[in-house]
Amino acid sequence: MALALAGALAACSGQSAEETLVVSAAASLDEAFNEIATVFEEEHPGTDVLLNFAGSSTLREQILEGSPVDVFASANISNMDAVVEAGEISGQPEIFALNQLQIAVPAGNPGGVDGLADFSNEFLLLGLCAEGVPCGDFARESLALAGVVPAVDSNEPDVRALLTKIAAGELDAGITYVTDVVASGGDVEGIVIPDEFNTVAEYPIATVSSGTSPELAAAFVELVRSETGQAILRDHGFASP
Amino acid sequence: MSRGRAEERAPVSLIVLAILGAGLFAVPLLGLIWRVPWRQLPALLTDDVVIDALGLSLVTSLTSTGIALLLGFPLAWLLANREFPGRRLVRGLVLLPLVLPPVVGGAALLFALGRRGLVGEPLYQTTGLVLPFSIWGVVLATTFVAMPFLVITVEGALRNLDRRYEGAAASLGASRWTVLRRVTIPMIAPSLIAGMVLTWARAFGEFGATITFAGNLQGRTQTLPLAVFVALESNRDLAVAISLLMVVISLAVLVALRERWWKP
Repeated sequence: MALALAGALAACSGQSAEETLVVSAAASLDEAFNEIATVFEEEHPGTDVLLNFAGSSTLREQILEGSPVDVFASANISNMDAVVEAGEISGQPEIFALNQLQIAVPAGNPGGVDGLADFSNEFLLLGLCAEGVPCGDFARESLALAGVVPAVDSNEPDVRALLTKIAAGELDAGITYVTDVVASGGDVEGIVIPDEFNTVAEYPIATVSSGTSPELAAAFVELVRSETGQAILRDHGFASP
Repeated sequence: MSRGRAEERAPVSLIVLAILGAGLFAVPLLGLIWRVPWRQLPALLTDDVVIDALGLSLVTSLTSTGIALLLGFPLAWLLANREFPGRRLVRGLVLLPLVLPPVVGGAALLFALGRRGLVGEPLYQTTGLVLPFSIWGVVLATTFVAMPFLVITVEGALRNLDRRYEGAAASLGASRWTVLRRVTIPMIAPSLIAGMVLTWARAFGEFGATITFAGNLQGRTQTLPLAVFVALESNRDLAVAISLLMVVISLAVLVALRERWWKP
């Protein structure tokens, strides 16, 4: 009975595409990876790229718990390292994109925020990514470097959840990536964080050893690192390594 | 005798499917218990994060239940007893949160009651009150998601009520309030309690609407489910410990009410 059901499910998924590639990518890669996936599907007819976006730490846990993933693109090195140490990665992770932090405020900057120092203001509604999520850890490092103890009102589970609340004007400011401000399309304004307090986030990508289509996975990683992939990433505000 | 034979002849396929169905509930629970770090459990459960989240969860879920009773009972009574224009629409509205993904409910609350929301903006400008990122935001989100359970349970009970008792009390000179207080409410008390428990349980476990509308801050808006979600990514042992705590509390409530749901 169960076998018959499983067979029927396999038959159904087999109709839509010959092969499926599951790519787990950090939430900040949303727009860029959607474009890269479209290019990949054009180059590999019959392949369906499934994009799984979340905070890198969530993606890490999914892989460690054995979720079927072919490619992992993390927003920081430590989440990738945890997966490498668990023996889940084939080959070496490669850095494919760089990102920087920026203060994000709603269009028009209603809270009058002009720098990291404002993050200690109790009267503003301020958000960060939660600890453990790369953007949250980077933001806390930045604030520590600037000597600011933040008066946080919400620790959001990933950078896009944070961005949504800023774009809606519910938070006066938050710390996101430069690329998120670009992605918001004008709902959010960016305020530059000086280099001495800023971190360069390095995004590593790797193929997952338990993946079911290793050749396609390698081809996807290659596309991301190719000039085509890098140009798409640059369009969305990333820097090339 | 004939009944016994009918029991013997339960179709095998039915039994297999029933076991699979029960397994769907049992296996994840076993998976959770398998991961419990028993030795560190006392230390984990007395962690600040857990104490804060437990207190907040109890306060907000009980407050939500109280508000649901205050607003939901009159709503159920009107839906059950009075014909009025738009009644079907109102019932549909009440049922909507049952099928709506909670995150959609949270987003809708944000657009309505956020600082820049339809109602939230005038509220903020006149009173300075900001609901998101506050404990009231949590209460609002959980009430939105949980109150339908109270309304449908109570409405159903009121509809099935034998009206002659109320009529008799009224004919003996009892005022409408007295009839409600002394006749109607005692007669539907079991359903009312069941509705309140369901409402409380739903509020206690609420996640999506809360994190979307009220955000996530320890001690202010981080309820137990939010604490589990955040801890899963930074401290898995803590996440498992909080999950176990929620299972135990939920089981305790079920056991306390076994007379109502488990009686054959």
